[in-house]
Amino acid sequence: MIQVNHLSKTFRVARRNAGVKNSVKAFFHKEYESVKALDDISFHIAKGEMVGYIGPNGAGKSSTVKILSGILYPDPGSQCLVQGRVPWKNRKEHVREIGVVFGQRSQLWWDLPVIDSFELLRDIYGVSPQAYRNRLEELTTLLHLEELLRTPTRQLSLGQRMRCELAASLLHSPPILMLDEPTIGLDAVSKLAVREFINKENQEHQTTVILTTHDMQDIEALAKRILLIGRGRILLDSDFAELKKQQTAEGGGSLDELVASLYRKFSICS
Amino acid sequence: MKLYWHYVRLQFAAAMEYKTSFVLVCLGQFLVSFNGFLGVYFLFSRFHSVKGWSYEEILLCFGIVLLQYSLAECFARGFDGFAGILGNGQFDRILLRPRSTILQVLGTRMEFTRIGRMVQAVVMFVYGLSRCRVEWTLGKGLVLALMLLCGSFVFAGLFLIYAALCFFTTEGLEFMNIFTDGAREYGRYPIDVFGKRILRFCTFVVPYALIQYYPLRFVLDRGARWYYGLLPLLSLLFLLPCYGLYCLGRRHYRSTGS
Repeated sequence: MIQVNHLSKTFRVARRNAGVKNSVKAFFHKEYESVKALDDISFHIAKGEMVGYIGPNGAGKSSTVKILSGILYPDPGSQCLVQGRVPWKNRKEHVREIGVVFGQRSQLWWDLPVIDSFELLRDIYGVSPQAYRNRLEELTTLLHLEELLRTPTRQLSLGQRMRCELAASLLHSPPILMLDEPTIGLDAVSKLAVREFINKENQEHQTTVILTTHDMQDIEALAKRILLIGRGRILLDSDFAELKKQQTAEGGGSLDELVASLYRKFSICS
Repeated sequence: MKLYWHYVRLQFAAAMEYKTSFVLVCLGQFLVSFNGFLGVYFLFSRFHSVKGWSYEEILLCFGIVLLQYSLAECFARGFDGFAGILGNGQFDRILLRPRSTILQVLGTRMEFTRIGRMVQAVVMFVYGLSRCRVEWTLGKGLVLALMLLCGSFVFAGLFLIYAALCFFTTEGLEFMNIFTDGAREYGRYPIDVFGKRILRFCTFVVPYALIQYYPLRFVLDRGARWYYGLLPLLSLLFLLPCYGLYCLGRRHYRSTGS
């Protein structure tokens, strides 16, 4: 379903020292440094799998998601097939097949009732009225949106908004869902609601889910398999239950401690 | 196209959420461009013609350019906030939709408050038309319509260039305003007023003259060759390099933040 082989991404970052003098200097001559955000990454994800993608800040998680969703062009020589398509080459066909949620950004129209955003998305994706009605009904029931649909986005709480965001990303019934920190800043109830919903969506539609997060409880609730990325490389590709078993054998501890010990083991603390 | 109207409807609904602000900004826009009119008016209360162009003719010219500009601005103003769209990651979202990115950028912002400027433009346009005693023929009417249409596209093309450059600098480029706002301000006079060199620049580089000076001569029967009326169509060629630059910029896009 998703095949990534030798994926690399290099950014050019402008560097300069602090101070007015240096900023004037940089105006005339900029010094660039190449930073490898992703360095020869390979992995495969099968249909219906839910994969947790973890790593410290700046490890390359978001870059991977952005390349997989067709937003960024990777370095030449990278190979990546999602449903048999190259994301950055067949953008329009590719993005029909994916739904993406950025926990930190909204895709809903700020001043308008949520339903208006949904109807625009229906037209953008060209969902037939019948399919749209069914899907909307399904999502409304699962995410308890009845009362939210007529409220302007600006008046929703973060938890309510995130539920609407999820619905918005899934209106066109994509077989692949990418979640970038979907539970960031949510209260306990909302987190549970979001997790429960993602599980249901996966069971009922065999949706493939890629989840990046710092919240290990998200991973525990959703992902069977985790990919650990650090300094642009895949460091660990393993079954989550295995890892936990191993940890219990070594003396136990919380989930966050488990991750921290992994980061230390690979010395990728940011 | 249907999708575009959907965007228009939503934008209008969103603008109506803040009614007072909407009315006040409309009024402000009207007054600002009214200033421009006063400038021309006072100039002509002392001089009766500029390089052979009469007051009424200049008024017509001003009205046309203002109308072209405000039409373009009303619908293509999404590009004005393009630096912001790139900076806050909204462009990521646009790339995630299976539609043309240009169409979606246009949809992100429409300035209905420019109605104020548009009203001003229409008033001057109609006044200029009624005063300059043109013998109307079907051909001239068509040329006039062509001027308005192609003119809006040329201005929209300039907005597109602005957007394309934002990909490289990820911030606003105020110098581009020379070409957009500048053209609006100086476009009130037929381009030849500014001399041969400027005229040449505005014919072959940025085709302002093709949407204003040449077809205007055709409409006003001022020694125009027969093809002058069709020159606005030629100005549409300007959109090709604009679009090319935009595509180049799109490849250069590198997103921001997490």
